[in-house]
Amino acid sequence: MSHSLSHPMSHPQEVAWAPFIGPFDPCPPILCKTYSTPPHLFMHFQPLNLPQFSPEDALRHGTLWPALYSPYESRWGKGR
Amino acid sequence: MWVYEKKLQYPVRVGKCDIRMARLLLEQYGGADGELAAALRYLNQRYTIPDKVIGLLNDIGTEELAHLEMIATMVYKLTKDATVEELDAAGLAPHYVAHDSALFYENASGVPWTAAYIQAKGDPIADLYEDIAAEEKARATYQWLIDMTDDVDLQDGLKFLREREIIHSLRFREAVEILKDERGKKKVF
Repeated sequence: MSHSLSHPMSHPQEVAWAPFIGPFDPCPPILCKTYSTPPHLFMHFQPLNLPQFSPEDALRHGTLWPALYSPYESRWGKGR
Repeated sequence: MWVYEKKLQYPVRVGKCDIRMARLLLEQYGGADGELAAALRYLNQRYTIPDKVIGLLNDIGTEELAHLEMIATMVYKLTKDATVEELDAAGLAPHYVAHDSALFYENASGVPWTAAYIQAKGDPIADLYEDIAAEEKARATYQWLIDMTDDVDLQDGLKFLREREIIHSLRFREAVEILKDERGKKKVF
């Protein structure tokens, strides 16, 4: 359930957890819920001289630094 | 004073005629955690924040205006060719009777933007913590917007904007660190 970053000192970009499922819940349960944990949460202060994307790739990723890139995929059509 | 570049920060493509998304995107246009609120919050806080982080608020506040243009472009593309019946089906009939197809600073539920969404406490730590929270809330809003569409072109622009929220959050966190211990290292924002 977790994406991994493209650099070695990576933290998971997504955390999964299992909510309580009651015996009388009215709807089919979602057994696994997730939330985003992007890389900036683990950086506090950006170190100098991090590797950089090319200018074109930086625009495409929305950041100059691979270490700060956070992918996110739509849940549309993915079901429960 | 600003110098205007007549282009978007990142190209906006909308691949699908899904007018429903125009309404949902308004959350980031005139919503509590939207781009207008972000730009006005940061640009206003600039004046009373310690010198070392004025430039950061100036730069990020300016970038938020560029994001506002991107959202406006998405909404405009989705509504400019919509019939009244299509606007009605997308839940935009109340918008239409007040504004035609004009854009307006309101959220996805039609609530007009208010300065009560933003704060300037004058306390640098309080203000920066609000800014960090605003970036994380905007990041979450972009996630839920991405979830609500299968249009990969629209998703692409929204993913760019989500990533920018992450970068801005880190910069505000760094600003807190700078004000905490005055370490005064040279940083590129």
